Amino acid sequence: MINLEFIINTLSLGSLYAMLALGLVIVYGILRLVNFAYGELIMIGGYTLFLLTGFGPLPWLAVAVLAILAAMFTSLFTELVAFRPVREKSLTAMLITSFAVSALLQNAALLIISPRARAVTLPEIFQTSVMIAGTSVPWRNVLTILTSLLMLVLLTVLLKRTVLGIALRAAADNFTMTRMLGVPANTVISTAFAISGIMAGLVSIFWIARSSIVTPTIGAPPLLVAFVATVIGGMRSLTGAVVGGFVYAAMISLLGVLLPPGLLEFREAFMFAFVIIILLFLPQGLIRSKTSVERVG
Amino acid sequence: MLELKDIHTRYGAITALRGVSLSVSQGELVALLGVNGAGKSTTLVSIAGVLRPWKGDILFEDRSIAGRSPEQIARLGISLVPEGRAIFPSLTVEENLRLGAFTRREKTEYSRNLGEVFELFPVLKDRMQQPGGTLSGGEQQQLAIGRALMSRPRLLMLDEPSLGLAPALVDQIFELIARLHRRGVTILLVEQNVERSLEIVDRAYLMNTGLIESQGTPQQLRTQTDIEGIYMGVRGPGK
Repeated sequence: MINLEFIINTLSLGSLYAMLALGLVIVYGILRLVNFAYGELIMIGGYTLFLLTGFGPLPWLAVAVLAILAAMFTSLFTELVAFRPVREKSLTAMLITSFAVSALLQNAALLIISPRARAVTLPEIFQTSVMIAGTSVPWRNVLTILTSLLMLVLLTVLLKRTVLGIALRAAADNFTMTRMLGVPANTVISTAFAISGIMAGLVSIFWIARSSIVTPTIGAPPLLVAFVATVIGGMRSLTGAVVGGFVYAAMISLLGVLLPPGLLEFREAFMFAFVIIILLFLPQGLIRSKTSVERVG
Repeated sequence: MLELKDIHTRYGAITALRGVSLSVSQGELVALLGVNGAGKSTTLVSIAGVLRPWKGDILFEDRSIAGRSPEQIARLGISLVPEGRAIFPSLTVEENLRLGAFTRREKTEYSRNLGEVFELFPVLKDRMQQPGGTLSGGEQQQLAIGRALMSRPRLLMLDEPSLGLAPALVDQIFELIARLHRRGVTILLVEQNVERSLEIVDRAYLMNTGLIESQGTPQQLRTQTDIEGIYMGVRGPGK
């Protein structure tokens, strides 16, 4: 049962979860904020896909890019109008704000579009498969893996080679010190929110490719996945987010194969029991961070 | 160059500075001395914009900088090496230095400043690709000062640079500060090592419980004040 198809599908799921977790952890690393409105960015991406493929004459790739941009700008916009004003107050204020932003965006979708699920038309390639070494693999999964690889490379180049990227990593180590070197706090935080939005936008495409529908609450399950993956991998490290994403996917896939059919519907329960065990023995997650606990104040 | 006028700063409900006035002129090496909790570090972070004074004014080159953000103040050329060094442990030495030069990124200037930092701290050159967190305490202090120098600060503020270092390294750090001073760098130094500081500074301020108690040249201070009491740390706050 653990064959090439299983491996590729698990890698694909892991790639998706890794992108999800990265988007959440890049903001958390700097602000110590778990952005509960992150799932709604995925929803925004989804509705952009729905609106533009349903009515517009645009080519599909352009629609995908616009969906990613929509998620990115929503992310930047929520930072500007919602998080920035309360940033200096307290972490709790930011956390509550993120719930408020989440509820606001969900209700906006309910009001403006519909509480009912909307079908998203995806291009042919998402429904077809490709033969790899005698195994039929959905193109969707291959594309997910390739996209996440590309994003990992781009993100690594940004974080290691550019001054802004180095500043982002420095800010995760010690935000105040980074500012004392002349790096503007707003630039660093906006960049983190932009990256988070881009990740959410990309994820929205592949997440929706699995179900072909979008609903106002579609952001909740991926938010949970991202949160659990970062907890597994370690909230303080980008590597941890990637590792956590893949571990989460591997465990879910393995449980799917190993559990007897009668217990399959309790797969998530087994999954979370595993997470609890991990946390009991490695409370900081699999990848530990060397840095001290500090937050923007 | 730098002038503090009646600065009051609070940490939450605690008043840490109760009217601090001091000045540093171009090219001067000035020390801020006193026991733990006297408000020395608070004075430095107030200048750096991390804490906002609720009363008083801070002038840097005749411009008021009180209430500006840390990044704005850094851009004016004020650089703080905070207590505990605050290097970025997960960044390599090179990345630490590169960020230090954030306000001076122009290529030729960057390599010139890097060259000077290597000349002062040759060990950093061998450690370029190592994460900052893997350096020894003395090396981390060198990295922290080197990072600050990468911005060619007009005013360099050092908070307890000798703290936690082995005696041989303490000598090196004080020698280095004197050397930077001879090169014309304006320095405001916070230290608990009163005796060693008085050997190298032009002037010093003695702080106690959020106030400046006395000031003067090392010679004046030695004759006027109960240096011994501060040096030994036996005199309690409030006297």
